[in-house]
Amino acid sequence: MSDHPSTYEPKTGVEKWLDQRLPIVRLAYDSFVDYPTPRNLNYWWTFGGILSVCLMIQIVTGIILAMHYTPHIDLAFNSVERIMRDVNYGWLIRYVHANGASMFFFAVFIHMFRGLYYGSYKAPREVLWILGCLIFFLMIATAFMGYVLPWGQMSFHGAVVITNLIGSIPVIGGPILTWLQGGFAVDQATLNRFFSLHYLLPFVIAGVVILHIWALHVVGQNNPAGVDIKSKEDTVPFTPYATVKDGLGMIFFLILFSIFVFFLPNALGHADNYIPANPLVTPAHIVPEWYLLPFYAILRAIPDKFGGVIAMFGAIAVLFVLPWLDTSKVRSMRYRPVMRWFFVIFVVVCLGLGWCGAQLPDAPVVPGLPSFTLFDGEFNSYLWLTRALTLYYFAFFLLIMPWVGLKEDPLPVPASISEAILAEHAKKKGA
Amino acid sequence: MSEPATDHGGHGDPNRRDFIYIAAGAAAVGAVAMVIPPLVDQMNPAADTLALASTEFDLSKVQEGMQVVIKWRGKPLFVRYRTPKEIKEAQDVKLTDLKDPQLDSDRVKKGKEQFLILVGSCTHLGCVPTFGAGDYGGWFCPCHGSHYDTSGRIRKGPAPKNLAVPDFQFLSDTKVKIG
Ligand code: HEM
Ligand code: FES
Repeated sequence: MSDHPSTYEPKTGVEKWLDQRLPIVRLAYDSFVDYPTPRNLNYWWTFGGILSVCLMIQIVTGIILAMHYTPHIDLAFNSVERIMRDVNYGWLIRYVHANGASMFFFAVFIHMFRGLYYGSYKAPREVLWILGCLIFFLMIATAFMGYVLPWGQMSFHGAVVITNLIGSIPVIGGPILTWLQGGFAVDQATLNRFFSLHYLLPFVIAGVVILHIWALHVVGQNNPAGVDIKSKEDTVPFTPYATVKDGLGMIFFLILFSIFVFFLPNALGHADNYIPANPLVTPAHIVPEWYLLPFYAILRAIPDKFGGVIAMFGAIAVLFVLPWLDTSKVRSMRYRPVMRWFFVIFVVVCLGLGWCGAQLPDAPVVPGLPSFTLFDGEFNSYLWLTRALTLYYFAFFLLIMPWVGLKEDPLPVPASISEAILAEHAKKKGA
Repeated sequence: MSEPATDHGGHGDPNRRDFIYIAAGAAAVGAVAMVIPPLVDQMNPAADTLALASTEFDLSKVQEGMQVVIKWRGKPLFVRYRTPKEIKEAQDVKLTDLKDPQLDSDRVKKGKEQFLILVGSCTHLGCVPTFGAGDYGGWFCPCHGSHYDTSGRIRKGPAPKNLAVPDFQFLSDTKVKIG
């Protein structure tokens, strides 16, 4: 919190000397040691720390990969294979980087659903939330360009399909597409610039993360009860309490990470990406990485090419304005009996969209069930299931959020964090 | 300086400091405006990329009923030697049945109707359509299911336009220059 006075006292002469010139140790101490943390934080709050570790892992492994990787259409695929076979521990570094991207998205999705459930986007945390959305968007761009680098079949044709989306913008789409690709097709110029940007963007993300944490320390952390910190009884110092809890969460996360790296390194990837890129043959079924599937599903749900692009970007853009769509005064959905059910459905819908994104749109959802044609597709097809889910996705933000906030009767909200904890203890004893 | 500091800005006559403000501001705006075009334009196709833009092809390599795929500007190019039946099918289609109406004769050279040259990039999102599949005897795009006829025109599916015909001319009876 901003009104928290600094309690750092330099002990040695060197610390005193430095503190008067650059109070960096003081900043670290006040931010990560004596920082007052709500005492009721649960494990959903450990994902912020986990995400910082993910970013560091991607940067370290990425810089190492860049030492061995060649951004050239004739050499890129082989340079990645050389990393896998010949470079010492190259297989490990690459598997950590490739699976690290998946782990990063897994953690960021949980982190975002956490914020959604506990109302962490509401005043005074709007800027904090928007910076988070910006990080998410940059992560998508970074991961997309990273996936192009190994120059396999999925890399190449994924890049073709996604860059061609830009070409659907009326009038200016064509010239922008050529400008983006640096030629008339996805080719050497495209690969080279994607490598440059894939190297750059993680450092931009790191910069936005610093702003994100700055904003966090100005307004203070939210907590499961969603009420403001009122007294000293509501908080504990960051160290050891939050440090140790974050540490434990991280250990479990890294165990999951290791299971993928060492036992299932290719489970989340696509086999076609081990075939060198061939511009003359398209794989039968193009799918993006799993973490982009919900957005890919939304793109395909709209029959119009440009409309699909708008919907896909809209699905992310709507997150930015979320603080102004929710009309409820209550932050935490613990005390919102109606909204929490809409939230549960929303999570299921997001998972469903991910599932649909991996299916062929024309395939039947329930094979063998009689169906009929509705407008442009069979009713019993992933096309229509995706459309229904897409509708809920947008309705959740644009209709349900504003409307339920006005109509719902929230449960009594505790007066303070300590009161919430005492009430919980009493309930546990009574039961 | 002889002038009092309070003279600056406010109501008085324009003085030397105001002039420096405006001049420096204008120079900064001008400098930024001049720096942006090179920074943006460097991403457009380079001279050598543009220079590679045309290619020649020997048509005696394609046999009747066959298709040869070559690379042109980084994209596949379909060179088709059509059978008389396919040509007739393409010519008999009513324009009103087409999503992107165009006559077959506008897509080939007169007297050389058997040779159909197309950019093999689906007008939906750029996948490579497969020849010999689909409902209209032409191409089928596996990505999102677009069907093209024997003239490469879009008949069914999400693609908005016909497969593009590049600029090409016959250099001799068996040689074409594309681009
Ligand atoms: C936000 C952080 C990052 C994310 C989400 C990310 C994601 C990815 C992904 C998904 C791939 C494709 C992996 C594969 O299937 O082979 C990749 C490849 C690559 N990345 Fe990153 N990356 C990040 C940071 C970095 C950084 C900072 C660098 C360099 C300094 C880098 C360098 C590379 C290189 C050279 C490759 C190609 C080698 C390969 O395919 O394994 N990455 N990245
Ligand atoms: S790219 Fe051909 S149908 Fe979508």
